[in-house]
Amino acid sequence: MAAAGPAHLSSGKINLGVLRDHYRRELIECIDKCTGTKALVWDDALTGPFGLVAEYSLLKDHEVEKMFPLGPKTLQASNVQNIIFLTRPKLKLMELIAQNLLNEDHKGPQRTEFHLIFVPRKSLLCEKKLKEMGVFGTFTSVEEFSLELIPFDNDLLSMEIDTTFRECYLENDFTTMFYVAQSIMTLQALYGIIPYIYGKGDCAKHVVEMMRRMKGELGGREPQITPQIDNLLILDRNVDLLTPLLTQLTYEGLIDETFGLNNTSVKLPAEKFIPKNQKPDEPLEPKKFILNSSDELYADLRDKNFNAVGSIVSKKAKAITLEFDERHQAKTVGEMKQFVTKLPHLQKARESLTTQTSIAELVKEATNSDGFMETLRCQQDFTNGLETDKIHPYIEECIAKKDSITKILRLICIQSYCNDGLKPKILEYYKREIIQAYGFEHMITLMNLEKTGLLKIHGIRTYAIIRKSLKLIVDDVNEQVPNDISYVYSGYAPLSIRLAQYLARPGWRSITEVLNLLPGPKVEEIQQIPVALRKRRNSITSSHSSTGEQRVTLVFFLGGVTYAEIAALRFLAQQDEGHTEYIIASTKIVTGDTLLLDFLPLTPITPP
Amino acid sequence: MATADWNPLGNVYYRNVELYQMDWNGLLELNQYMIAAAPYGGPIALMKDDKKTGRVSTNVKPIINVYNAAGKPLSQLRWNSGNVVHLGWSNTEELLCIQDNGVILVYDIALNFKRTFGMGQEAKEMKILDWKVFSSFQGTGIAVMTTSYRIYLINNVDDPRVRKLAEVPDLNSAPSSWTILNLDRQSRALVAKDAQLFLVDHGGQYQEQFPELASPVTAFIEMAVSFNNKLLAMFTDKGVIWIGSSDLKKVYCEFNTKASQRPQQLAWSGVGAVVALWDKLCIVVGPEKDWIKYNFESFVYLVQEEDGLRIIGNELHQFLQKVPDVTEQIFKIGSMEPGAMLYEASKEFSRRSQKADEYIRMIKDKLDVAVDQCIQAAGHEIEPSKQKALLRAASFGKCFLTDYRPEAFVDMCQMLRVLNQVRQFSVGIPLTYTQLNHLSVPVLIDRLVLRKLFCLAIRICHYLKIPDAEGASRILAHWACYKVQQKHEDEEQLARSISQKLLDAPGVSFSEIASQALEQGRKQLAIKLLDYEPKASEQVPLLLKMDQNNTALSKAVDSGDTDLVYTVLLTMKDKISNMGEFFMAIRQMPIAYSLYIQYCRQQNPKLVEDLYYQEDNFLAEGNCKVVSSYSEEMFEDRIRKLEAAITCYQKAKMEFASKQTEDQIKLLKIQRKLEDESNKTYIDMSLHDTMYKLTQNGNHKMTEQLRKDFKVPDKRFWLLRMEALAESSDWTELERFSKSKKPPVGMEAFVDVCMKYYNRTEAMKYVNRVTPDQKVKCLVKVGNLKEAADSALESRNEDSLNIVLSKAIQSNNKQLIETIRDYKIRLNTKK
Repeated sequence: MAAAGPAHLSSGKINLGVLRDHYRRELIECIDKCTGTKALVWDDALTGPFGLVAEYSLLKDHEVEKMFPLGPKTLQASNVQNIIFLTRPKLKLMELIAQNLLNEDHKGPQRTEFHLIFVPRKSLLCEKKLKEMGVFGTFTSVEEFSLELIPFDNDLLSMEIDTTFRECYLENDFTTMFYVAQSIMTLQALYGIIPYIYGKGDCAKHVVEMMRRMKGELGGREPQITPQIDNLLILDRNVDLLTPLLTQLTYEGLIDETFGLNNTSVKLPAEKFIPKNQKPDEPLEPKKFILNSSDELYADLRDKNFNAVGSIVSKKAKAITLEFDERHQAKTVGEMKQFVTKLPHLQKARESLTTQTSIAELVKEATNSDGFMETLRCQQDFTNGLETDKIHPYIEECIAKKDSITKILRLICIQSYCNDGLKPKILEYYKREIIQAYGFEHMITLMNLEKTGLLKIHGIRTYAIIRKSLKLIVDDVNEQVPNDISYVYSGYAPLSIRLAQYLARPGWRSITEVLNLLPGPKVEEIQQIPVALRKRRNSITSSHSSTGEQRVTLVFFLGGVTYAEIAALRFLAQQDEGHTEYIIASTKIVTGDTLLLDFLPLTPITPP
Repeated sequence: MATADWNPLGNVYYRNVELYQMDWNGLLELNQYMIAAAPYGGPIALMKDDKKTGRVSTNVKPIINVYNAAGKPLSQLRWNSGNVVHLGWSNTEELLCIQDNGVILVYDIALNFKRTFGMGQEAKEMKILDWKVFSSFQGTGIAVMTTSYRIYLINNVDDPRVRKLAEVPDLNSAPSSWTILNLDRQSRALVAKDAQLFLVDHGGQYQEQFPELASPVTAFIEMAVSFNNKLLAMFTDKGVIWIGSSDLKKVYCEFNTKASQRPQQLAWSGVGAVVALWDKLCIVVGPEKDWIKYNFESFVYLVQEEDGLRIIGNELHQFLQKVPDVTEQIFKIGSMEPGAMLYEASKEFSRRSQKADEYIRMIKDKLDVAVDQCIQAAGHEIEPSKQKALLRAASFGKCFLTDYRPEAFVDMCQMLRVLNQVRQFSVGIPLTYTQLNHLSVPVLIDRLVLRKLFCLAIRICHYLKIPDAEGASRILAHWACYKVQQKHEDEEQLARSISQKLLDAPGVSFSEIASQALEQGRKQLAIKLLDYEPKASEQVPLLLKMDQNNTALSKAVDSGDTDLVYTVLLTMKDKISNMGEFFMAIRQMPIAYSLYIQYCRQQNPKLVEDLYYQEDNFLAEGNCKVVSSYSEEMFEDRIRKLEAAITCYQKAKMEFASKQTEDQIKLLKIQRKLEDESNKTYIDMSLHDTMYKLTQNGNHKMTEQLRKDFKVPDKRFWLLRMEALAESSDWTELERFSKSKKPPVGMEAFVDVCMKYYNRTEAMKYVNRVTPDQKVKCLVKVGNLKEAADSALESRNEDSLNIVLSKAIQSNNKQLIETIRDYKIRLNTKK
């Protein structure tokens, strides 16, 4: 539960520390409603996000003495006055909670009071379930804590809801979209009304409509703050299903692809991080690292193409050595003193350098494998529109070798996308192969993928047009000193980010045709800002004119965003001619694997 | 003269200002009535009192009349309940009618019945003897004394909780007087048992009090507590008025009135003076034993205010107050205060006299004080002409000041405008500036709304620029609630006129108005009004309450709030007993329908299947069956489920799915047979894994059989078999396999598989068989870099040579690196 201090959150154009403080206040308010000592029982999925909002010491200050993960038999004998369950509103979890409480009943009457806090919202269904199981009355209080967007970094927010894509496109359940709309309202309450809203996709439209309603519900009691965010761009994941399926080639993206980043932390094999001369006898627990912009070097590296990481690391290493060597030149006491004051910073830098070097080596091992290179080649063939209309031998081979199912599905989905759907015969062949190799249960998986459009029978040709007009494929990509966002996938520019880029300049009107080819409606809306609250020096009409002033755009991805896309947006913000600063929000940070994992049957699956 | 009506009381002055000529709707003799007048210029309630008229009580029920402070009739009610002994007003201007059985009936200002409550069993049975309506720290309280001399009290009429106070020891007859004191956030009664004083509380405690008292006393026969609860006046049977603090610890004075008769009313004027009233004579007694006498032409009634005393008579409504300090400073004859000078200057200025300049010069340094004084003094005047004169003076003085902040002046102008408006005869709320500050503008607005003066209230809000959400919207909502109660108006028109007015008003709760309409039994109107409610979370429950299920559902869906949709769905499910009908109802709304399926999927999967069946969604039904087949424990049940699924898929014309399911059944049956034969688990393995396992177990015949039956593609079959053989280290079989026919995979695949299981020797066998173009690569794979380099040189392929070189660098083989560099040179020179 260790949380990095909020300092790095406040360093952006928009101070996301404010949001974090808002959540902390709400949480404490919630917890303080019951007096006396407390034990918290956590829904496991919440511990990560909460760790980023409230560290243990804060909870301890409010008389939280113990914390347990929610399991079938969680409650241990403890003499706290209150036991608080913190949970998402899921029926499965209600069953677990009920089980715990019923067990507790057997132990006889106790003085403990039970409380329930739903995150992010109370749910009637869950309350009903608890009533049915006869434990609802046990709770002294039922509260809600609307933790919606968790600040990951100074420009990054995530809701950490991983089932969004499946729910919205397969099950027609838009609950998350309601949460999204609410979270944007929260942002607007803290940072002012966002004057311009753009969106693409069904869900985006849905969200904008709900926001309109919620605004109506506020009934004029809108926040009287000068808007700090100028534009809101809402993108459905299904507007761009190709990008997340491709292998990310930025440093951070690769860490996520190979080891999985959760709530900005990653678990890595510990062997790599101990001095070589002391090899342990028994296998070590994986070591956990928190990766965010509070580490200067990581902030530098994370968005670079992995091929550029090596040179930066070595440059940094030289610089640090140079600085350390300064002490030899320090002659006077003053110089010495100056050096000593720099020392903690230097040592920290050196430590970070060691860590990053080891992580980079681990990633390098993964990327050096033949499989990795061949997968990449296969992907690049497809995105270039080559070999898409036949059965690809590499996919065939992977199936035969029983590579991970997500890898296979990713490749086939990419092929399907780049071919605007597969020929029925080819699709059937792949399907049959997958069922034979991985089991019959995947027939449902495949049907579900077809239902969401990740896989489809070939239809109207659009990919080639989209590829050309949005310049998705860039041949002369410079990985070291990039001049275009395509560096994040070494030659492929993420479609979603191209949309953001065109929106900023020259505007979506220039790509109307392409937008029409992409699924879902286009949304454009202006929210009126009272004259007194408007920023000076810009008129409504020239929203995109170069006033020289930096505008802030919040890009909200519905259904997930990849680290490579985030890197691309950050790259756009850094460009000289770009006058746009980006804040990125998403329902979840995903990779192709995690996106597809949600479609697999619930039988045991080994994660990548 | 401004000071004409001033009377000195010690070193301060008192003045009696006329507020209104009373209307009383014609002739009226106040002394025949039971009177209740609310503070803060509130309404006056009158009820004919039989005891006072001396008439024999008849069976004719009395009439209660409510007037505003100017005597303008507001409402009337013929009493048809029990015997009212006292009338009082709460702090929210509700009329409290206290009956002799301790039951209190609460009416609003328009005399609409609101609620009732009692003061306990004892009061009911024994009847009550006396009563006090007082303002407590929680609101308005009521205390009653039963005929057995016990006191019961409640602290808040909005939340009546009856508490019994401690009994006064040996009280065998009615106490000579008593009152309620609010001290330390607790209400206690001060009871005089003749000359003895007892303080009783609801904790069962009583304390005898011994206030300092010089003159002899045999009984305290009247008591009065000041408006702010801090001061107490007591009247003794010897005609002495004792004035002190309400905790009885401090005495200010004892004043002998030499009157033996009990005063009709004893009251405080603000906090500075006690007023005792006998019939048409009253004396005002100050804390320093100074006094003033006033005579009245007829019966009067006294109402205590925060800063004075209102005197209501048959013809006149007057206000007795201490002349405020600023007013005194300006108008006192011979005053040299800056304010007074400025006022003079202003007067001279309007007369175009140069004296104005002289006056201004005199107070040049204190001009700001002068302006402040004039502004403040204006606030204390009732007469608009005097207000104007003072404000003009202030404005005149302001001209000579460069950096005077205008807020105070503007605020005062605004407040006076509001005050003058509400003091109008038709409104009849004679508030002073001090009272308004204490009451606050929002409360004043509420009071106007209570009197149905919606238009004035809204104008005031607009005039004071109160945000719509806090001001105008609230008033409009009240207006609408009032409107829906008027049954004679056409519903359609009503809905339209309400929505027209309210739609642009932010923050109006249409659901509140709608529920008001529903209370009035106007369901259609309620439904129409609810349509305008922006908050689905308030709209939907009310719609459900009115059985508007479908509208509720569509509104819930529109809101996007899943929980709200479930609220409707589950309520509907409970209401509609016929499931078919329920499904029909929700099928119209795809989102609601999918959410219901989501719910069932977690709670009742079988129901999902039924749902799909009902709507002929065979594909989905088939999928459900497939999924559920996995949880069947019996093998036969499982097959049956899958067979049923096939039927579904066939109906859905899903050939592929039905073929695959058929294959699955076939596979399961084979696996079952294999398990029976071999005592190993096969069920639930994929075809691929089954073949793999069979190969490893050496059952090549069965593997071959499966390959044919399920048409496994050659290439995959080969790779599968190679891998299985290599993993189980069956190298001979692998080699035989490689030679069985021309492999559909390259020889390098054999190399790979051998290397994967760390058998370099076996791998080498196949390296020799690979096509020349693959040779270098394979040699690298087996780690034979030297040979790889040689081979590359032989095939004269520089690219291959480079690959080998990079590997050599990686393994840091210095000798080899040299060799390869040498080769490269040779290669280049040969060209």
